[in-house]
Amino acid sequence: MKVADRVERTPPSGIRKFFELAEAADDVISLGVGEPDFSAPWAARAAAIDALERGQTSYTANRGRADLREGIAEHVTQYDLDYDPESEIIVTAGASEAVDLSMRALVDPGDTVAVPQPSYISYAPTAKFAGAEVLPVPTRAENGFKLTDDALAAAGAADADALIYCYPNNPTGAVMDEADLRPVANFAREHDLTVFADEIYAALTYGGDHDSIATLPGMGERTVVIGGFSKAFAMTGLRLGYALAPPEAVEAMNRVHQYTMLSAPTTAQFAGLEAIRSCDDAVEEMREAYDRRRRYVLSRFREMGLDCFEAEGAFYVFPECPGDDEQFAENLLTEEGVAVVPGSVFGEGGEGHLRVSYATGMDDLREATARIERFLD
Amino acid sequence: MDAERDVLDLLLADARQSTADIARQTDRTEAEVEAAIDDLEAAGVVHGYQAVVDWANADEERVEGHVELNVELDRETKYEDIAGRIANYSEVETLRLVSGDYDFAAVVVGTSMRDVSAFVADQIAPIPEVTQTVTHFVMDTYKRRGVEFADHDDDDRLSVSP
Repeated sequence: MKVADRVERTPPSGIRKFFELAEAADDVISLGVGEPDFSAPWAARAAAIDALERGQTSYTANRGRADLREGIAEHVTQYDLDYDPESEIIVTAGASEAVDLSMRALVDPGDTVAVPQPSYISYAPTAKFAGAEVLPVPTRAENGFKLTDDALAAAGAADADALIYCYPNNPTGAVMDEADLRPVANFAREHDLTVFADEIYAALTYGGDHDSIATLPGMGERTVVIGGFSKAFAMTGLRLGYALAPPEAVEAMNRVHQYTMLSAPTTAQFAGLEAIRSCDDAVEEMREAYDRRRRYVLSRFREMGLDCFEAEGAFYVFPECPGDDEQFAENLLTEEGVAVVPGSVFGEGGEGHLRVSYATGMDDLREATARIERFLD
Repeated sequence: MDAERDVLDLLLADARQSTADIARQTDRTEAEVEAAIDDLEAAGVVHGYQAVVDWANADEERVEGHVELNVELDRETKYEDIAGRIANYSEVETLRLVSGDYDFAAVVVGTSMRDVSAFVADQIAPIPEVTQTVTHFVMDTYKRRGVEFADHDDDDRLSVSP
């Protein structure tokens, strides 16, 4: 059968190769996983079970259950975000769908979407599937992989139509606070960019509280904030996310959503509502566990002489590695049975680095770092 | 957070980890971690370090009885006096004063039900202040000190994911 050109032109993710290598090898400890090692808090799982037992298996409203949208509106006030549950919130099948809806509803074919690199692997393909051009904007280790107005200007983003980024960042673990975001916001206003702010890791910051660009003056009207339950509440498989945006943007996203998804998974919506109602303590416990592991991994890498900037968000560190990162990752896997993801998979600026996930128990982290140390010797 | 609290959290999670590993996880030096542990012990916060054992999987007969004790106090005898006498027995693994229908909740350990019953009948019940004992034998343990004993599913996440 003929495959569509736009799909044919999009190469499969570079992560795929390492997945296949890791799956084929024995006794592998994986630091290559992009999801929590915890299960969703029991109260959230119990709410899902309860909803199933009560026979709550129908569609919900396109935008998601009203009580969940109200819960999300309340939940995001912790980041000083103020959205009307009726007109400014849409519940999606994971944050991934919210990214896709943003592109399809708010970007025209031929528009240019600026994507900071290294970056989560889905943004560029999603933009291309929507017919947009992708403009890579390199970020650098010496800036802590933060996005700057200078980098945007140097890449030619003044002529772009939209910007999509993820902070706290996958793959680097970088965060951007209000002072870092302000020049980016100024740039977006000055050059009339729509901003898609993927804040899926907002709950996982370790140095200070998460700041959202949408809270800055004049930014709410041009920003789609993308959030979700997967990372903070450890419920990746339940596929539940949301977008917060001005009414006309939510209306447009909902038009695509109602024809393509109809509504986010109902069981997940019940779990999500319970999660934001009663699972703050569980989230805080997980956050503290990640933070301890983060410190452990950073200090072990520094002891080994691997240069690693102080990643303060998500559950990744992004150390430099000697030589070619793909070759390094492949040899580390075959010789010592430790899976990491080479930085170049995440685009320009990622080369010479490794994405190391610490969403793994302490015993495995101890063993994996010991193996990496041996490999480096 | 202060060093002692940080260290205590890590000891509660895994008391066997090295001071070097605790130091790495808390951004402190090993000397600071050792000092914090010394302080916790000296202040009587930490009294010891023990394994969490699922005896059902050990090749050994072991019976645990939860014993409710009612006592009668008088002018010369306080709860602590009675508690001291009961806690001295090595068979008594845990002893607490509780609110509600009875006064003390004890955990008594022996090699058989007869062994535990005999201990309660011969040693505890005759104590003059003890007016009543009710013994509940433990039949199965599902969770102890925060650790669930059920088999856990293996980590079935994809080994490499975006």
